[in-house]
Formats: sequence, structure tokens, C-alpha cells
Amino acid sequence: MTDSKYFTTTKKGEIFELKAELNSDKKEKKKEAVKKVIASMTVGKDVSALFPDVVNCMQTDNLELKKLVYLYLMNYAKSQPDMAIMAVNTFVKDCEDPNPLIRALAVRTMGCIRVDKITEYLCEPLRKCLKDEDPYVRKTAAVCVAKLHDINAQLVEDQGFLDTLKDLISDSNPMVVANAVAALSEIAESHPSSNLLDLNPQSINKLLTALNECTEWGQIFILDCLANYMPKDDREAQSICERVTPRLSHANSAVVLSAVKVLMKFMEMLSKDLDYYGTLLKKLAPPLVTLLSAEPELQYVALRNINLIVQKRPEILKHEMKVFFVKYNDPIYVKLEKLDIMIRLASQANIAQVLAELKEYATEVDVDFVRKAVRAIGRCAIKVEQSAERCVSTLLDLIQTKVNYVVQEAIVVIKDIFRKYPNKYESVIATLCENLDSLDEPEARAAMIWIVGEYAERIDNADELLESFLEGFHDESTQVQLQLLTAIVKLFLKKPTETQELVQQVLSLATQDSDNPDLRDRGYIYWRLLSTDPVAAKEVVLAEKPLISEETDLIEPTLLDELICYIGTLASVYHKPPTAFVEGSRGIVHKSLPPRTGSSESAESPDAAPSGAPPSEQAAVIPTQGDLLGDLLNLDLGPPVSGPPVATSSVQMGAVDLLGGGLDSLMGGPGFTAPSAVMPANLGPPPSGGLGDLFDLAGGVGALSGSHVAPKTVWLPAMKAKGLEISGTFSRQVGAISMDLLLTNKALQVMSDFAIQFNRNSFGLAPAAPLQIHAPLAPNQTVEISLPLNTVGSVMKMDPLNNLQVAVKNNIDVFYFSTLYPLHILFVEDGKMERQMFLATWKDIPNENEAQFQIKDCPLSADAVSSKLQGSNIFTVAKRNVEGQDMLYQSLKLTNGIWVLAELRIQPGSPSFTLSLKCRAPEVSQYVYQAYETILKN
Amino acid sequence: MAILFSRIKLLHYRVLLGRQSVSSTWTPLGSTMIHSLFLINSSGDIFLEKHWKSVVSRSVCDYFFEAQERATEAENVPPVIPTPHHYLLNVYRHKIFFVAVIQTEVPPLFVIEFLHRVVDTFQDYFGVCSEVVIKDNVVVVYEVLEEMLDNGFPLATESNILKELIKPPTILRTVVNTITGSTNVGDQLPTGQLSVVPWRRTGVKYTNNEAYFDVIEEIDAIIDKSGSTITAEIQGVIDACVKLTGMPDLTLSFMNPRLLDDVSFHPCVRFKRWESERILSFIPPDGNFRLLSYHVSAQNLVAIPVYVKHNISFRDSSSLGRFEITVGPKQTMGKTVEGVMVTSQMPKGVLNMSLTPSQGMHTFDPVTKLLSWDVGKINPQKLPSLKGTMSLQAGTSKPDENPTINLQFKIQQLAISGLKVNRLDMYGEKYKPFKGIKYMTKAGKFQVRT
Repeated sequence: MTDSKYFTTTKKGEIFELKAELNSDKKEKKKEAVKKVIASMTVGKDVSALFPDVVNCMQTDNLELKKLVYLYLMNYAKSQPDMAIMAVNTFVKDCEDPNPLIRALAVRTMGCIRVDKITEYLCEPLRKCLKDEDPYVRKTAAVCVAKLHDINAQLVEDQGFLDTLKDLISDSNPMVVANAVAALSEIAESHPSSNLLDLNPQSINKLLTALNECTEWGQIFILDCLANYMPKDDREAQSICERVTPRLSHANSAVVLSAVKVLMKFMEMLSKDLDYYGTLLKKLAPPLVTLLSAEPELQYVALRNINLIVQKRPEILKHEMKVFFVKYNDPIYVKLEKLDIMIRLASQANIAQVLAELKEYATEVDVDFVRKAVRAIGRCAIKVEQSAERCVSTLLDLIQTKVNYVVQEAIVVIKDIFRKYPNKYESVIATLCENLDSLDEPEARAAMIWIVGEYAERIDNADELLESFLEGFHDESTQVQLQLLTAIVKLFLKKPTETQELVQQVLSLATQDSDNPDLRDRGYIYWRLLSTDPVAAKEVVLAEKPLISEETDLIEPTLLDELICYIGTLASVYHKPPTAFVEGSRGIVHKSLPPRTGSSESAESPDAAPSGAPPSEQAAVIPTQGDLLGDLLNLDLGPPVSGPPVATSSVQMGAVDLLGGGLDSLMGGPGFTAPSAVMPANLGPPPSGGLGDLFDLAGGVGALSGSHVAPKTVWLPAMKAKGLEISGTFSRQVGAISMDLLLTNKALQVMSDFAIQFNRNSFGLAPAAPLQIHAPLAPNQTVEISLPLNTVGSVMKMDPLNNLQVAVKNNIDVFYFSTLYPLHILFVEDGKMERQMFLATWKDIPNENEAQFQIKDCPLSADAVSSKLQGSNIFTVAKRNVEGQDMLYQSLKLTNGIWVLAELRIQPGSPSFTLSLKCRAPEVSQYVYQAYETILKN
Repeated sequence: MAILFSRIKLLHYRVLLGRQSVSSTWTPLGSTMIHSLFLINSSGDIFLEKHWKSVVSRSVCDYFFEAQERATEAENVPPVIPTPHHYLLNVYRHKIFFVAVIQTEVPPLFVIEFLHRVVDTFQDYFGVCSEVVIKDNVVVVYEVLEEMLDNGFPLATESNILKELIKPPTILRTVVNTITGSTNVGDQLPTGQLSVVPWRRTGVKYTNNEAYFDVIEEIDAIIDKSGSTITAEIQGVIDACVKLTGMPDLTLSFMNPRLLDDVSFHPCVRFKRWESERILSFIPPDGNFRLLSYHVSAQNLVAIPVYVKHNISFRDSSSLGRFEITVGPKQTMGKTVEGVMVTSQMPKGVLNMSLTPSQGMHTFDPVTKLLSWDVGKINPQKLPSLKGTMSLQAGTSKPDENPTINLQFKIQQLAISGLKVNRLDMYGEKYKPFKGIKYMTKAGKFQVRT
């Protein structure tokens, strides 16, 4: 007799039949009926209509029946809240049952019923269960707090359950501790700012003790919690590591990986000279290798994480190359990951082995895998210089197989090899040209065309070859068209006499017969360039290209450091920080590796100490890309460079040709409608070059006369901008507003072609000159710039009023950030009002426009205040003494002509001032008050 | 582009919702570990769904089906599939996809390990894990799943605890239950859940006390064309079947514990004792369990017990190819290699094969191009061989890929790594148990390239 009978009831009147059975007098029949209901529920049938009948079966001594009814309740209570109330009494009674199993079951089930009315009744029983004598009940109740928090967070806080939960971390039973940690972690996730899991050495010790004794799942919770702790010094870090290492031998792979996370993170704090550091490195390898012998799904997750680990600490697995060799019946997702790691571990020592393997893979059946194997050979050539020759010959062997997709992939990677080692392997071009006809994929065609164009002077029939492509120009994909255009122009510049016709043909195809703006614009640029100044054209188009390097497919160090903190999580599988993809994670605080003690490499992570501005504020005002895109799309963007070598394909190379060659100075052409934002690169000494110096000079003098300048804060963390970090502040010196920027290149590649643009803002702030960065910014280089601003830009009211959205472009991408500027940079120098005028205006402005603020903790005398404010263009019109209080009457004017009048009441001996502001545009008052605060307190 | 893409998906999803009667509620910020579980058979039917929090519409599985379609083979479905609101983590076991739905950042290994535990539990409860059996026992399955996870947190995943909570179905019990009206849900607190040895229940009693240990080693290897080893490693496990009364405390020691430098233990093993003395000391769970698994990878330690001689040639001009393989024993310490099975995926260009084995049976499927040869035992005096010709598609050039030969075999009474148990002692109980130890070596992923 099996349960399948529950599925065989006749369709017709099924519910009716069940209803009758549920109301039967016979216990046995009732139970069978409930089972049938549950069975229907499991396969997704809607049996909610039976709610009252099922709930009627709840009051029973039969534990199985009770459990079944509970199962049903959890599923359907939400849809029948009024009916669910009927169940409350039984729950409350069950919470008092002498059998702890029943008590736990009741409290557990109640937490699963997501009905507000029920949660109110849950509080008392839950409180009792949290202090139950039986640990089984306590541990169940701990989880229940998390459930309740999810339904009604306020209630949980009001009832003090969070404190009780925190107390449970010190419980005598390890299972209770683990569940309390799990519940607190879950709650903390929706309350990122609260320090629910406020860890200190004592609580860490308790967790470490519980770690040894609790279940495997509890260990994962505890380890993940430990990973968030910041040890106070390297000794503490080492002692935690020592107690965590035994977890590496656990049978549960999730425990192992969580332990790896803790170790990888705390290792950062240990000095490399320490013996223990070496021991730890050795201990990490075996468990990682073992993960690879597990089921394929586990292998996949492990491999994604190992990919991060080998980038961070290659020494751990450098001798384990062989375990990543691909077995032919591995699932494809495992094969691809292994391949990637093989390349990362490739070095001169093992390259022969790796290449032999890769060649083997290139003859396998799976097309995707074969393609990736061929690309991998190219990546090896780029990574290990000594192997380049061998790689090229391997690729040529593969081309000889004439297998279509192998040939195409090989050509794509050979193009990359040419870019890494120019003028070295051109002898193979002849072989490549033989395969011209078999290329049918855009990427391969584009690569081939690039090669022909780049080496046109060595290929006798380059014009014929390119001409053959030109016949079907309009059927080609964009990347091939762009590449063809560039290649023919290159050819023309190299052999102008024979190819005039060809170049005219391609220019007219691109400019007149194409709908594609990119192609058209590039065509026009070339056209103009060729017709106005062929010498310049040669310099631009045939300019030396930067060499590509293996590093292009490495993860940015800052992102890598963050991802190391997320080992074992989804973020580590997707190689993106959780903020980038997890829904509802808006509050997640960026994690960073702890600084190494006693070492100078520590300052690497940019968001470790966001000085001044709280990071949350910054996150809140970052505009969605959509807001800005409309305004900023005019900037010509190259495709992003990061990613696998695919990205260094022809399209991007075209972009390099265009942008790297200093063409920006020609931006007058069609399609570039943002000339002011684009920096004229390589223009020799720009006319405004001395301006920056002038401002620096003014800055020195302005220390006396200029407005208050806040210290620079990070506006754009490197993590969000592919390695570009921008910090800055605003200043006003002798009537000129400027934005003082500090640009740091934290990426691995050179940055150039900087430009800046502002979105419309409340006061029309706009750059008065282009961003002047003359030389490209090398990795780890920092440049300081002062960008003069004016207030004649377009106006749009922002919220907050002083919000400024900025777009910065470089050769990599365009980045958006927003910042708040202090209002006092807008206070003009002629803001002093006549006394009479002041009085009249004060009276004239309606009282409802008056705003009052308190400025606390400012122990300055009235005169000191007055002179301090004057420095920032807040002028004292009159001073009076009323009943022992100093009253300062002040005025200021904003750049857009708005007057603000102020009354500052200073009580001698008291550090608190009262500030009353009157203004016709009262929305500025708050920001003026903020300006007062900043000026007075600095 | 990505934004656009997800929008399209969303639209697609709404359309589906409209069709379905099941109501769905997205909780905005619940961080439950595992939200829901769907069991899907190979023809794409969802035959069981379990929700630990709110109901997630089964239309979420459409993303899984899409991925499944793309993957062509069930084994190649990626284990993590993103959808606009959820992540789907799945494992494929016993021709069933176990698809877990999660909504927030959780460790994927956590979920996958849990799914494995679910599979193991079903197997433990019902003997096999199959769609039919799960459907036959759907209520027990449901009850078990409810016990295993509470609000997405694992609750009771040790099978001995679960069995105390929910009795596994037996024919006898079903009959007894129907007569007496008693149930298969235990009404005692599962003692193991709270003791310091959660893996063992109290009050275990046997008339025959016995403890058996199986040392099983699998060799994974890749052998290249010329017969030299590219990689070789051993995955070993010690599986135990312990039926001992009371609370026995066991110690197991090895002749050569130094072999075990990369080990994963059952939680019952006292790690400190192992670290200091290289002795396994533990209170065993009741019944079957895996005491430890280990990994031996240092190549000089891995002996290769068999070799394959092969001569496979495709000629360019002729439509006939030659095929010949011979299997022989290598380092077997005098033990017999048995259960030998050779399989190979032949290239597409091979139309048919006409082969004669010196022993055993062979088949070639002209559709899937799979050659398999059930060799049986290897007699070192008379090596088994398979010879003959292949007919190739006329007019095409020779195939690009060389077939890889997959080998399976077993060697009884041998742990190929050389691992040997020294002695087993029991403390804490007075009786004398019966002890047994068995060794076996098997091929894991053992591949010979040609």
C-alpha cells in the first residue's frame, strides 16, 4: 500500500469527497484524508478550499496528524488569514506541552504562518521558548525570531527579542549558539548598519568553542560569521586561524570552503616571514584539491572559487597543475573552468605540459570547449613569453587540420599574439591567408582583415585581398565593416599610389550607403583627415599601439580583494560583488580584506577608510545610469576593455586607433556634439595650461582670503570605475570656483583620454575648461588637478539641492558618480547688504520663510565668528547686544542672485548658537545652515 | 543590454503567471537559505514541490528548462542558474533534477551539499531514489523535507535522527499501522539532536555486535598515447557498517598512516587525536556511514594496475580503418583484475565496426557511435584483445578527433595506495564485537588517449 493511491482520486468532485472524509468520525479516515490533501498540495494542486475542514483536525493527540495539519497550515494560512486565527489557541496550548518536541513544533510552525494577526499571539509563547529549559526548544525558538523578524521587524525589536537572541550566543549548547548566529546573521542582512553581531574577543572565543561541537550546518554559519570579524592584531588572527584549520578536513565541502574564506582573509594580516604563514599556505592546497574529486556541481563552485584564490595567492596551487587537467567526460561547465585555471597557473616551468594538454583538447568533440582550448593556447603565448614560439607553431598545426572553427579561433588568437610580439611571427601570414575563404565568423574575418591591414606593406596582394571583402560590404557585420574601413585606410597610407580607388570606394560605402552611425562617423573622420592633412592621418592611423598583456583578463585587484571576502558565496561564483546582482541587498556593506599589520602594502583597498563622508550617503545619491545617459551619451565610448581576450578584438582595436591616436582634437566632425567635454589630447602645451598653476598660486594666498575648503573625500571608488579612483573637494578662491580632483589609476593598464562633464544641476555649475591631464596616467600613478567651474550651465533642480552628477570618461569607459558640494562655494563676494536694505528685506520676507537652526559645540566669540564667516563671503551687516546675547545680522548672495539673510544669536559662555535664516527661496536655507556649520567648525 | 534582457525575461514571466492558477508572492527581503525545492524528471515534469516559506510559482522552473534545453545533455546543465528574482541551484541524481530556489546571497555549496543530503536520505529511507518511489511515499517525503529544513535552515539532516522522527516505511509497519491505528511519526524527542554525539542515538541494542570496514579506492587517471601517465590520483574512502550495542568508543590505526595527508573526516572523528597520534578515535554512528575519505595524488605513490595497447588507424584514402586493443595487468600485486569494461566514443565518421573479441561481449551502436566491450576477468597468460576493422564514411577526410578509451575494473582485496589497517579496538563496552575489514580498488575516471 503506497501513497500513490492519494493521486488516483477521480477528478470530479474530488474536493467534495475529501471534505466529507475530513469530517468523518473515524480517526483513521480523517488521517487518510489529510494525507490525500497534502499529496495534492505537493504536486501543486490548489486545495485551499478545504481550509476549515483541515484546521478542524488540528486538535488531536495524534502527532502525525498534527504534523500533517501543520504542514497544510503553513502552506495556506496566508490565503485564509481569518480562518488561520482559529488555529491560534491550539498553538498557544501546544507551546506549554510537557513534551519538548511538541513545544518546539508549535513554535516552529507558528513562525511559518505569515499572518499579522497570528504574530501578535506568537510573542508570549516565543519569549518562553527562548528561555525554555530544553535546548531543542531554544534552538528552534532562535530560528523563529528570524522568521518573525521577516514578517514584522518592528515587533521583534520592540519585544526585545534581539537582545535575547544575542544572549543565546553564550548558550551552553553549541547547537543553540549556531542557530542564534544563523538567525542574527539573517536579521543583520536586512539591517546592515546595526551592529547585531558585534563581535569581540570574548564572543569570538565562544563561537570558536561552539564551532568544534555543533553540526556541519552550524559550522558554516559560525565560520561565515567569523569571516566578518576584524582581529585586532596578527596574533589574534593567527590564533583564530589555528582553531579554524581543522575544519579543512571536514567531509562537508561547504564547511571546507567557508573555512578557506576565513583563512584567506585573516592570512592577509599575517607577516609573510612568519613560519606559520608558510604552514598555512601548505595546509590550504590539499582541501582545495579534494574538492575537485567531489560531484561535478560541487566541483564547479569550487573551481570558480579556486579561480579567485589562484589570482590572489598563486603560490598555494602552483604545484597542482595536473589536477586541473580535463577528463573527457567532465561536464562542459567543469571543463571550461578547469581550462581557465590551467592558464592562470601556466608558467615557464610547466608550459610544455600545458600546451600538450591544450593541443589534445583542441581535437575533442565539443565545439565550445575546442574553441576555448585554442584561445587558451593564445593566452599562454601572451602570458609566458618563452613559450610564444611553441604556441604559434601549435596554432599553425591546428590550422593545418582545416577544421573550420579551429582555424577561425586560431586566427583570432594569432592576431592577439601579433599585438603582443610585433614583427616577430609575420612569417606565418602566408599560411593564414590561405584560409581566407573558409572564414565565415565575423570575429575571425575581422581579425584577418586587421592582420592584412596592419601588415599591408608585406603582403603583396593586400589590396586584392581587401577588395575581395569589399564586394559584400553591406552583408558584413559591423565589426567587420569597421575593421575593413580601417584596414583599407591603413593600406592607402602605406601604398597610396595603387589604392586610391579602393579607399574612395570604402569611404563612400561607409559614409553614404550605411545606416550605422559608428561606421559613418569613422568614415567621415578618415575622409576629413585624409583630405586635410595626410601626414597627420598617417600619424594617427598608423600610430604605435599599446601592447596587450596577459593582465587584461585578470580581475581588478580591488574587486579581487572584495571577492576574496565572499569566497563560497554566489558572488564568488559570478565574480561580482553581491551589490551588483543580489536583489534586496541594497544595504550590503562592502567588505574588504584586513590590512597587513606592520607592512606598507595595506593601503590597497580604497574603501577601507572612507574619510569624512559616510559611504552610505554616497551610495544614496548615485544616480541610476538612465538619468544621466540621456545627457552624456554624446561622449564617444569605446567598448570596455576588461574581460577575456575576446575584448581585444577588432572593434576595440578600432576604438584604440581612434581614441589613442589623438583624434579627439578633431571632434568637430559629425557625431561629436560634446566638444567642451572632450579633452584635447596631445595638442602640445594647451593655451590654458598655465591656468592650473595660477590657481595653485591663488590657493596659497587664498588660505587667508578664500572660502573654507573641506578635505578631499573619495567620490568614485576604484572598484566602481574599473580601477580609476577619484577623490576631490570644492573651493572658492577670489571669486573663482574650482573643483580640486585627485585621480588615481589603480588598474593595471594605462589610462588616458580623460574628459569630464556635469549633468544639469540646481545652480548651473559647469566646467569652465576641459579636464587637463596631459600625460596618460600610468598604473598606480596619481594626478592632482584643479578644474575651474562656472555657473552658466543649464539649470535643473536637484534633490538634494546641492547634488552634482558627474560623468568622467577615459579610454576604458565612462563612469558616473555624484557628490554634494558645499553651498558656500556659491556665496559671491558682493554679498554685503546695506543696513536699511537688510531691515526692509527682512520685514518683507514672509515669516513662514524663516527657518531656525541650532549650531552646537562652537566655542567662538562673536567677533571670531564674524571674521571666520566673512572669509567665506558671509557678511556681518550689523551687530547688537540684546539682554546679554550677541546678535549678528548677516547677509550673503548666491551666484544666481538669491539673497539670504541671517540672524545669529550667540550666548556668551554657551557654545550653542541659534541661527535664523530668511530667504525668498526657503529651500536653500537648510543648505546655508550646513555651510555655516562647516565653516564655523573648521 | 543586460537590463533589456532581464526586462524581456520579466515580461515572459508575467505571461506565464497569467496562465497559472497558483498564486505567487515574492517576499521582498526574506533571506531564507533555501526557499523552495522542485523535483523534476527527465521529461521535464515537476512531480514534487516543497516550499519552506512563501509559495514560489513553479513557472520559475521555466528558466531551468531553458538552460536544460541549451545544455543538450542532462549532465551539462549548469549547477547555478540566475533568474530575475531568484537563483536556481540544481543537482542531477538518479535521473531526477533537484532544483533549489534561493533568493539571496547564500553559499551555493551549502545548498548543493544539502541537496545531496536529501538524495542520500531518500535513498536511505526507500532503498532507491526514483520518481516512482518518491511518488509512492509522497507524504513521508514531505514530512522528511519539513524536518530537514526549518525556515531554510537545516534542522535534522542526520539519517539516524530523521528515522527517529519519521519512521521509514516498511511493509510490516504499514500493516501494523493500519491495524492498530498507530503512526509512523515518532513521538519521542530525537535524543541525538542534543547530545554531544548527535550522530548516534542512545539505547542501541544488538544481539550480534559487529563492525565492518570497507577500504575502497578509486583511481582516476589519464594515460597518453604512448602509455605514460599524465595524471593519476586515488580517491579513497573507508565506509563502515557498525552495529554495536550501547556507546562504543572505537580506535582504528593504520600500518602506514603517512599516506593519509589529505583527509576528510566524518564529524565523529576526534581531530586532535588524529593530528597528534595519527589514530582514528571515534564514537561511531549506528549503521552505515562514511568514516573518512582521502586523496592520494603524489604520482609516484599511484600504481597503475592495467595497461591498454592500442592500434587505431584511420587512413585517408581507404574507407576502412584498423582497430585493435589489448588490455593487460600491470601493477596488481598478484591480484586478479576483474569486471573489466572498455568503452569508447568513436568519431562521427565511423559507420560501423566489425570486431572479434578474444573474450567477453562487445557492442557498437552506429547511432551514438559508442563502442563497449565487456571483458570480464583478465587472465595474465592470455590477454584479452579486440581486433577488427572500421568502415568509415567514404569521401571524407579522416576524423579530427581520436577516440578516448574509458576503462572500468575492480581488484578485490587490494588497496592500490598500499593503505593497510593495523588494528581496531573498542572501549566503553564490555562485549566482544565481530570485526571485519575488506579492501577493494576500482577504476574511477580512468582514461586512455589514443
